[in-house]
Amino acid sequence: MSVAPPLLAVEGLTKSYGGIHAVRGVSFSLRAGEILALIGPNGAGKSTCFDMLNGQNMPDSGHVRLLGEEITGRKPREVWRLGVGRTFQITATFATMTVRENVQVALISHGKQLFNLFGSAPKFDRDEAGRLLELVGMGGYADRPCGELAYGDLKRLELAVALANQPKLLLMDEPTAGMAPRERVELMRLTARIAREKSIGVLFTEHDMDVVFEHADRILVLNRGTLIAEGSPAEVRGNPQVQAVYLGEGLVYDARHREGAST
Amino acid sequence: MAFYVVQFLTGLASAASLFLVASGLSIIFGVTRIVNFAHGAFYMIGAYIAFTLTERLSGAFGFWGGIVLAAFAVALIGVIVEMVLLRRIYHAPELFQLLATFGLTLMVEDLVVLIWGPDDLVGRRAPGFRGAIDFFGQNIPSYDLFLIVLGPVVLGILWLLFQRTRWGVLVRAATQDRDMVAALGVNQKWLFTSVFAVGVFLAALGGALQIPRDAVHHAMDLRIIVEVFVVVVIGGLGSIVGAFVAAVLVSELNAFGILIFPKISIILVFLVMAVVLIVRPWGLFGKPEAAARKTPGLTVNPWRPLTSNERLMALAALIVAAMLPLFAGNYLLTVGSEIAIFVIFAVSLHFLMSVGGLASFGHAAYFGLGAYGIAFLAKMAGLPMIVCLLLGPLLGCMGAAVFGFFAVQLSGVYFAMLTLAFAQIVWSIAFQWVDVTGGDNGILGLWPSSWAASPSRFYWLSLGVAALVTVALRTMVFSPFGYALRATRDSVLRSEAIGIDAKRIQWTAFVIAGTTAGIGGALFAYLKGSVFPDNLGISLSVDALVMVLLGGVETVSGAVIGAIIYKALNIWLVSQTDLSKLVLGGFIMLIVVVFPKGIVGTLEMLAQRRKKASPPGSTLLAKPIESAE
Repeated sequence: MSVAPPLLAVEGLTKSYGGIHAVRGVSFSLRAGEILALIGPNGAGKSTCFDMLNGQNMPDSGHVRLLGEEITGRKPREVWRLGVGRTFQITATFATMTVRENVQVALISHGKQLFNLFGSAPKFDRDEAGRLLELVGMGGYADRPCGELAYGDLKRLELAVALANQPKLLLMDEPTAGMAPRERVELMRLTARIAREKSIGVLFTEHDMDVVFEHADRILVLNRGTLIAEGSPAEVRGNPQVQAVYLGEGLVYDARHREGAST
Repeated sequence: MAFYVVQFLTGLASAASLFLVASGLSIIFGVTRIVNFAHGAFYMIGAYIAFTLTERLSGAFGFWGGIVLAAFAVALIGVIVEMVLLRRIYHAPELFQLLATFGLTLMVEDLVVLIWGPDDLVGRRAPGFRGAIDFFGQNIPSYDLFLIVLGPVVLGILWLLFQRTRWGVLVRAATQDRDMVAALGVNQKWLFTSVFAVGVFLAALGGALQIPRDAVHHAMDLRIIVEVFVVVVIGGLGSIVGAFVAAVLVSELNAFGILIFPKISIILVFLVMAVVLIVRPWGLFGKPEAAARKTPGLTVNPWRPLTSNERLMALAALIVAAMLPLFAGNYLLTVGSEIAIFVIFAVSLHFLMSVGGLASFGHAAYFGLGAYGIAFLAKMAGLPMIVCLLLGPLLGCMGAAVFGFFAVQLSGVYFAMLTLAFAQIVWSIAFQWVDVTGGDNGILGLWPSSWAASPSRFYWLSLGVAALVTVALRTMVFSPFGYALRATRDSVLRSEAIGIDAKRIQWTAFVIAGTTAGIGGALFAYLKGSVFPDNLGISLSVDALVMVLLGGVETVSGAVIGAIIYKALNIWLVSQTDLSKLVLGGFIMLIVVVFPKGIVGTLEMLAQRRKKASPPGSTLLAKPIESAE
């Protein structure tokens, strides 16, 4: 086990915009089946970090390796082909297509049928698309236009789309942002279950500490572009540096005292 | 050496007007996000009104006063246009705005002829700048020197206006975020109106200042608008400095291009534009635009393949159409063939525009290339008709492959402007390269072989090809490729995140659409027996756009209905009135403002409503959420 390279290995990732160091020398790794949370206050560099993992953004220096293979600077679509699915902070879906068609497009791409001009797309992997939608609890919405969905449902659809190429790694940027408290818990439970069943590694960023501490196996804390702590939820909770960062922002106590009423 | 210096100065002088017009377009776009196609029309009206005023008013004051007065008068017309037309369409998709302002351009073209007549008008020389200055044996008109100075002066005034006045600060703020400016309590309506007035004033001034240099004529609007589009694409939409630099660049390229490629000087500008687009797709001084604001669609109504009943109905309609020769005369059959050919043309654009979300404003280029392909093969290589029909469209295919490659690097209004510029370049080549294309005289004597010669046979041929093309493209809409294409239209971000190479998909669609248009053009060449530069002109491109919009841009095959109705109406209209552009322009504006879903789209919407009325309280409509990342 120690011989095989980790699913995701990040080494010395660095990015600056002008004089601002958005991300400085971030290194971490992620095992298959593990759920890793990347947290930090606003502007800590979470999204920048995230975007560099799947080629949405180019790092100034550093390496990203997937099962030992260098993927730094590859285009998002190439990274996807290597088995990395991703959901976005603000959902990105195909608004004029139905829910099923959204999943079918991903399946078509996975099956390398993008330039098939005369086949029938409505019949393409219809059952598989249905299964994926059932998996995320969207089976009943298959024929609905995507533009009509509520926000929480769009997030679940994104998850189904991200699962279409049987990914090894899921990148979820604030998967529960904008959702109601109960929806948040449901979505994360679902994600965790799928990750364990299929042994998919999950990396997610999140502002809701309840979600983070309940579902993450391990937590990375980012502040001003640098990793300041890493460990199990209990370790991170007890870390004085993390407390200082969050107490300064007044976030942890707010979130706990109000118990989700602040959503 | 002196000759080159003079050539350089001539280029600089031409840049002045071009800069004025381009900066006006840029300012208007920056704030209102409307690409004002009618900008060329305002330029032209400026020139005509200045001509009249400078003829009526005497003396130096009369001339200069007339120029400035003309610009103010046109600005006033601009204010009226903004208040009456544009205010209604600020929230419409970009395509509709471009089209509405194009409709206005068409109307102006006819109105100008109606008022000032069709002949070229040669204006007065500018008082004080009548002579020429001798430069090592070469003459430089002193008016050119005046223009050379004027350009930077106007740039300076605009800079002061935007940096030093309260109004300028508001305009710059609105250019960055107009919603925020509105939220801060600025009266957006008047800001937009004043910006539009300033932009139009600059265009009209540019036109008025041209009268001592050039004759005033009723086609000058299209010529300038294409150059202006090239300028803003190179300089970057929204940047005034970019407009200045690019205007100088383009004018110099034109001035020296004539020395290098005397026959096809426009090639040089095209090459530079292509290089700029590859290196900096948003132009030399522009900023990369955030992802397109919305898809061209207005509502969300999922597409589905035809049911078997609907297929039978379509087949029945085709059989009825095929029986036309049983009771119609030769004239009607020729009209029928023409309509069938335009169905091919319209569905090809529809595929690109509705399925791919890429609104080409120069689709006629590929139609015309198909026609010229036939002309070259039949006249020069002497190949039989069937071979020509198979090979001719390849010229459209190749043109689409080359231009499409560059065009799909851009999206939205940039894409529209670029396709228009490409089409105009192809037109210029056909027009200027007389040795090969026959220039304005075209290529004559292309007659179908005997198996397709009679009107009824040619009608059946056209109808058959049209049916085939429509079915093929419709199949593609529901093919895996069609899904991928729709995906890139809805969200490039998501497409790329699931392994789709969006640009390659769009390029493929462009080539498919161009080739199909080429098939239409090939048949058209045989129908008319000749090929002319007009076969790839702007008005033909716009015909295609109107056919698609009339049928309904959000439908799967509305273009078929749109083409039939529009073409029939058009042929009838031309036979009834001399002012067809005026009527057509009004018609386009009417569609855009009151009928934006088109015929088929409106019918579908009504049917949908009736269906939705039965199951009560079916869905709670959430707002469509599109990524803005």
